[in-house]
Amino acid sequence: MSPQDIFDRLTKELGEDVVFDLHADPKKDKDPWFQVAPAAIARVGTRLKDDPELACNYLECVTGTDYPTDKKIHVTYHVYSLSKKHRVVIKCFCDRESPSLPTVSTIWSTANWQERECFDLLGVTFEGHPDLRRILLPEDWEGYPLRKDYKEKDSYHGIPTTRPNPVELFAIKLPEKPGAGSAEKPS
Amino acid sequence: MTQVVLANQQNDEEMTLNMGPHHPSTHGVLRFIIQTDGEIIRRAVPDVGYLHRSIEKIGERCTYPGFMPYTDRVDYVAAMFANECWAMACEKLMDIEVPKRAQYLRVLSGELNRISSHLVAAGAMAMDIGAITAFVWALREREHINDFLEELCGARLTYNYHRIGGVSFDMPKGWSDKVKAWLDNFEPLIDEFNRLITLNDIYVKRLADVAVITGEEAVDWGLVGPNLRASGVKWDLRKEDGYSVYPELDFDVVVGKGKFGTVGDCWDRFEVRVEECRECVKILRQALVKIEEHPEDDIEGKLPKKLRPDGEAYARVESARGDMGCYLIGKGGEEPYRVRFRTGSFTAMGIVEAKSPGLFIADLVALIASFDVVAPEIDR
Repeated sequence: MSPQDIFDRLTKELGEDVVFDLHADPKKDKDPWFQVAPAAIARVGTRLKDDPELACNYLECVTGTDYPTDKKIHVTYHVYSLSKKHRVVIKCFCDRESPSLPTVSTIWSTANWQERECFDLLGVTFEGHPDLRRILLPEDWEGYPLRKDYKEKDSYHGIPTTRPNPVELFAIKLPEKPGAGSAEKPS
Repeated sequence: MTQVVLANQQNDEEMTLNMGPHHPSTHGVLRFIIQTDGEIIRRAVPDVGYLHRSIEKIGERCTYPGFMPYTDRVDYVAAMFANECWAMACEKLMDIEVPKRAQYLRVLSGELNRISSHLVAAGAMAMDIGAITAFVWALREREHINDFLEELCGARLTYNYHRIGGVSFDMPKGWSDKVKAWLDNFEPLIDEFNRLITLNDIYVKRLADVAVITGEEAVDWGLVGPNLRASGVKWDLRKEDGYSVYPELDFDVVVGKGKFGTVGDCWDRFEVRVEECRECVKILRQALVKIEEHPEDDIEGKLPKKLRPDGEAYARVESARGDMGCYLIGKGGEEPYRVRFRTGSFTAMGIVEAKSPGLFIADLVALIASFDVVAPEIDR
């Protein structure tokens, strides 16, 4: 099924306020995508997996992207069907202040770790997730590094996060020749 | 071996063990917190992130061609594929065409790299189980591949060989004959390797029926590549997506058959990797002939004057550890707006917690080894 067909099928079944805004400009969107209302993502996911015509059984990738100018965080789901060989790209636009989505880990188990990663690096909360903890960063890390306005702290538990420029460290300083430099300087 | 009855919960003698992060069998820096009842695991929780270097954030600060060397570090055992994945994502986004010769060079370098990665995987797995000889044997052959790749691109591990729109160097003179000679030498050695370890009775008994993953589970948990194929799912992106010049080449997809136990056990995952080397040899032989049809030094496609794409693309390649995806968003700047790598090892680690209850501690080692995870690919 083409992305247009999938989009039409989903809007017909779930309503235009749940699935909307198809982007399929061949110049820009190499994988056409559409929006899903954040609260309904689990419902759309179940539909995608259970509908025998869609049969999207493989969740490829969950990505969070920060758009501070729009005050939004986009969570993108790349879903693929191993039997039908088509891809669905879904985006959920979350509020940047308190981004929150229902989990899809009950539908695709692989979402478990991918959502944890998204929570870890962008601070998106997934409601109903069985084990929502930081995964790549330490438990006591402050901030969400993949947000565009993230500023690294100077140190973490006394370990500095920056180091001096190695070029400056290893710059060769020639010893001053006796007599040559002192002639110019008035003593 | 998997049918172990958990001890009753009343006389609770549960013990919490720490495994790693510097455990010799964890393939990098990787930690498990294991709750055990004697030798039997009740729950093993992976603790990853020790090698996290925020490759996605680095990507947002590099130019498109400038990010290429960093992608080597996503998976250093098979760096060609991360290179290729990044190049393919950029090419898809900017509509760049890659000359045929460059695509053949990508296939050649990629398949050589796949053999070397599978050799490390098979050798290291045997070593984790306790057979040291196989590892030395595998590394001996891998050394030849390192030499070939060094002649091709100057590096032995982190290649930085691919370019957006092509590759950086053509084959040196006489390289093709050397590779052909080595392939003739290597193919019978696979049988020798099978006699040495794969079909070894002790080894088979140790791994058959251990940590069985069914095909359905494997798809649900997003297992990819050899791990998925070992569970009996015939799924190879080289066939399914038919990217690059793979449709012009003839090869088979190896799947696990459960020869000595159940489909999807540890032995199947081992065997699939060994047999895939044979398919790689097949591909390499054909590619070395077919590459001659295309003019020499036509290895870089035409790039737009400015690499400032606007839009998004998702590209994926069949890496040695399976489906590696790169999701790329550009917003008209010199740097990408967002880079995302989806790797096989990360999703493979996710299933460990679900699969661990009821395994022996020693079998957990076999399970991790059979997944062929590489720690920086988990953590990126």
